[in-house]
Amino acid sequence: MAAFDEIEVKDGVDQETVDAVSALSGTYKHGWNTEIEMDYAPKGVNTDIVRLISSKNEEPEWMTDWRLSAFERWGQMEEPTWAMVDYPKIDFQDIYYYARPKSMEVKPKSLDEVDPKLLATYAKLGIPLKEQAILAGVEGAEDAPAEGRKVAVDAVFDSVSVGTTFQAELKKAGVIFCSISEAIRDHPELVKKYLGTVVPASDNFYATLNSAVFSDGSFVYVPPGVRCPMELSTYFRINAENTGQFERTLIIADKGSYVSYLEGCTAPQRDVAQLHAAVVEIIVEEDAEVKYSTVQNWYPGDENGVGGIYNFVTKRADCRGDRSKVMWTQVETGSAVTWKYPSCILRGDDSQGEFYSIAIANNMQQADTGTKMVHLGKNTKSRIVSKGISAGKAQNTYRGLVSMHPKAKESRNYTQCDSLLIGDKCGAHTVPYIEVKNNSSRVEHEATTSKVDDDQLFYCRSRGMDEEEAVALVVNGFCKEVLQALPMEFAMEAQALVAISLEGSVG
Amino acid sequence: MALAKLKADTTEARLEGVTLPGAAAWSNAARADALARVRQMGLPTRRDEYWKYTDPTSLTVPTAPEAALFDNDEGPLFDAVDRIRIVFVDGVFDPDASDDLSGEGLEISRLADAMATDIHWAKDLYGVLEARGQNPVDRALAALNTATATDGVVIRVTGKASKPVNLIYLHRDVASDAVLHNVIKVEAGAEMTLLETGPAAARFSKLLEVDVADGGRFHHVRAQGRDHERRAVTHGFARIGEESTFKSFTLTFNGVLTRNECVLEIVGDNATAHVAGVCVGDGTDFHHDDTVFITHDAVNCESRQVFKKVLRNGATGVFQGKILVKEGAQKTDGYQISQSLLLDDDSQFLAKPELEIYADDVACSHGSTSGAIDEDALFYLRSRGVPEKAATSLLTLAFLAEALEEIEDEGLAEELRDRLESWLQRHSS
Repeated sequence: MAAFDEIEVKDGVDQETVDAVSALSGTYKHGWNTEIEMDYAPKGVNTDIVRLISSKNEEPEWMTDWRLSAFERWGQMEEPTWAMVDYPKIDFQDIYYYARPKSMEVKPKSLDEVDPKLLATYAKLGIPLKEQAILAGVEGAEDAPAEGRKVAVDAVFDSVSVGTTFQAELKKAGVIFCSISEAIRDHPELVKKYLGTVVPASDNFYATLNSAVFSDGSFVYVPPGVRCPMELSTYFRINAENTGQFERTLIIADKGSYVSYLEGCTAPQRDVAQLHAAVVEIIVEEDAEVKYSTVQNWYPGDENGVGGIYNFVTKRADCRGDRSKVMWTQVETGSAVTWKYPSCILRGDDSQGEFYSIAIANNMQQADTGTKMVHLGKNTKSRIVSKGISAGKAQNTYRGLVSMHPKAKESRNYTQCDSLLIGDKCGAHTVPYIEVKNNSSRVEHEATTSKVDDDQLFYCRSRGMDEEEAVALVVNGFCKEVLQALPMEFAMEAQALVAISLEGSVG
Repeated sequence: MALAKLKADTTEARLEGVTLPGAAAWSNAARADALARVRQMGLPTRRDEYWKYTDPTSLTVPTAPEAALFDNDEGPLFDAVDRIRIVFVDGVFDPDASDDLSGEGLEISRLADAMATDIHWAKDLYGVLEARGQNPVDRALAALNTATATDGVVIRVTGKASKPVNLIYLHRDVASDAVLHNVIKVEAGAEMTLLETGPAAARFSKLLEVDVADGGRFHHVRAQGRDHERRAVTHGFARIGEESTFKSFTLTFNGVLTRNECVLEIVGDNATAHVAGVCVGDGTDFHHDDTVFITHDAVNCESRQVFKKVLRNGATGVFQGKILVKEGAQKTDGYQISQSLLLDDDSQFLAKPELEIYADDVACSHGSTSGAIDEDALFYLRSRGVPEKAATSLLTLAFLAEALEEIEDEGLAEELRDRLESWLQRHSS
C-alpha cells in the first residue's frame, strides 16, 4: 500500500509517524502459506469433537470432564456484543477445531525429527527452531554478549505444538517449559492445581469455548527463587484454512522467581476470516515477577476488510503473593478484529501491575483493547499507558477498568491513553471504567498529550530549549520508554515504532 | 433472554393503569409515540450497562417510595434576584404562589394549555428532542416522562429576556410522585436565564427540552435536593444551533437518589456548550449520578464538562460522560473533567468518561481523578493556625471552584457558594 499519499493529515501530526504506521501496517509480510498435508477433525463443535481433541492429546479423564463441563456451559452463553466492533456472525459449526500436520501424528522425540517443512516455516518467519543463540533478524544481536541472548521457543502450528527448544537447559534450572498437552501428561498435579483458577472455565463466551476445545499451547513453571535463565517465547502460526486456533497458556511464577515471556503470531493471507480464541493465565506468587510481551501480527485482512483473523483473547494475571509484579506489554498491529483485555488481579499486598500498549489499526481493522486493574490488596500499584493509532477506515477503542476495592488502602493507579487519527475516515474511542471504593487510594486518569511533566519541561528549558522542543523531547522520550519495556527480541518491530510520536493526538 | 423478560415485566408493571392525559391531537400523538418508545425500549434495570452504577428500581416501581420533609431554616434561594417565579407544589402548578406568567422577551404558558391548543409551536419540540436523544442509548425514563407528564411550562424566548425565570419546586406531601415536562425555544439571537430550585416531590421525574436557535443564548442554573429521602431522575435534551451558547450548572445537595442525564446535540457551527455540576453528599443513603452525552455534529464547536463531587460517610458519586464527535465535525474542542473528593474511607466514586471520535482534526481530552484531601495542603493551613475543620472546608471549596466558575452570573455563583459553605459546616463532624 502506498504511504497514505492520498490522505490529508492534519497539522501537528508528524510525517515520520505517518510513514512508520504506513510501513508497519502496509503490506502483510507473513501472508504466505505452507503446503503441508494436514489431519483435520470434522468441521464443527460438539461433545464428540471435545472428546476427540482430548483423546488426541492423550489426556486423563479429569481433563476431558473439565472440557465437557465447559462445553455444556458454553452452550448456555451468548456472544458478547458490547465491544465497538462489527463483524459478520461467526458460524461456530463451520470451523475446523483441530488441524494437525500429518507428520506430527507421531510426536517427534526431538527437534531433529520434526518435518523440515515445518522447521522451514518458522525459519522463514525468523523464528529458527534450532538451539542457537542468535535470533535471525535482530540487528546487532551478533555483538551482544552471549549471556541473555538465548530464547527458548515453543512453536505452535495450527492446533499442535511442533517443538520446544532449550528444554534440557531449562530443566537444569528447574524451569518447566513445554506444550500444555505435555504438561497435562507429565505434570498433572501442577496443571490441576492452577488451570482455570485465573480465568475460570465459565469466564466469558470465548474463554469458555477455549476451555472446551483448546488443542495446545504453552506451559511454564518457574520454581521458587529461580530467575529463568533465558527468555521464553511462544510463536503461534495459523496455517490451515477455515481453522480456528484455540491455544491455552499457563504460566506459574512461584515465590521469588522471575520470567520474561514473549509471544508472536502470524497467519497466511486468506479471504475467509479465521477465529483465534486464546486464553492466557498467569499466576504470580510472593515476590515473583512476570513480564509478558506480545507482538500480535495476525493477518489483518485486505483493505476492503476481506479475510483476516478475529482475535478474541482472554489474558489475565493473578498477583496472588505479596510484592508480586506483572507487566503486560503489547504491540497490536494485526488482526481484522481484536477483542483483548490483558488484566491484572492485584490480590497480594504491595503487588504491582503494568500495562503498556500500542495498538495500530489500518484499513478496515477494528481493535477494542485495553486492560483491567483490579486492586484488592493494600498498597497496590498499577500503571496503564495505552497508545492507539487509527488510519484508513479503522476503528480503535481503548476499553479499561480500574477498580479500587474497599480493602485496597493506599493504592495508586495512573492511566494515560492517547489516540491518534490519521485521516478523516477512521475512529478513535476511549471507554474507561473507574471504580474507587476507598479514599486513601489515588486514581488518575488522563488523556491529554499536552500534559507533560512540569519538572522535566523546566529542566529542558533551563538548558536553553524552547518550549516546543522541550515538549517534543519529553513526549518522544516517554514513547520510547514504553517501547524499551519490550525485550530485545522484538527490537525490529520496536525500532520501527519508535518513529511514532503522538503529537497532535486526541485523548 | 432473562434480561428481556425482566425489562418487559418491569415496564408493564409500571404502565399498568396508566392513562395518558388527552388534549389536542398533536399532543395525544406525541404521548402515544412516547409510550410506544417506552414499551419498545423497556424501562431500565440494574443489569443495563447504562445503569451499571445506579440502581433504577425505585424510579421504575409503580408506587413512589415516601420521602420525609426536611427543613433547615435556610431561606429560599435566589430571593434577592429579580425574577419571574413559577411555583410547583409536589408537581402541580400553583398560580397563587407564582408571579404573572409574562415578561419582556418571553412567552410563557402552562404545558397543559399549550397541549390543548391545536396549533402551537411546542408541537415541533415536545417529545421531539427527547426522541432524538434516544440514539444510541435508550433513555426509557425520559420517554415515560413525555408520555405521562402532568404539568410543566413552555417558554418561547423571542428577545433578550429582561429577567430570569425561576421554576420553584416545593415538596409538601411525603408520598408525592411528580412528573414535569418543560419546553423552551430560544429563538435566533434571543437570550434567557432559567433557574430551577427545590426538592420537588418524594419522587420526581423532570424533563427539559431546549432548542437554541442560531445565535441564541441559554443559561441554566439549578439547585436540587435538600430533602434527604427524595428521589429524582432528570433529563435535559438540547439542540444547539450555529454560534449559539448553552450553559448549564447543577448543584445537588442530599437526596437518596439523583440521576441527572444531560443530552446535548450540537448541530450548528461555532457553537458553545458547557455543562457543569457540583454535588455534595453525606451518608450511605446518598447516591448521585451525572450522566452526560454530548454529540458534536458541526464544525469548530466547543464543549466542556466539569463535574466535581464531595462525598463522605459512605456516599456514592457516579459520573458517566461521553463526547461523540461525528465524522466531519472538525475543529472540535472537547474537554471533560470529573473529579471526586472522598472525605473518608467509606465513600465511593464510580466513573466512565468516554470519548468516541470520528474526525481527525479535533482536540478532545478527558481527565478523571479521585482521592482524599491533600495532606500537605491541610498541614500547611494548620501550620498557619487554621483549625482542621475550617481548613478542610477551605480546601473543599477550592476543589469545587472550577465547577462553580462555569456559572457566568457572579451573583448566582456567590449565592450557591455560600450555600455550599454552610452545608460543609453542617456536615463537618
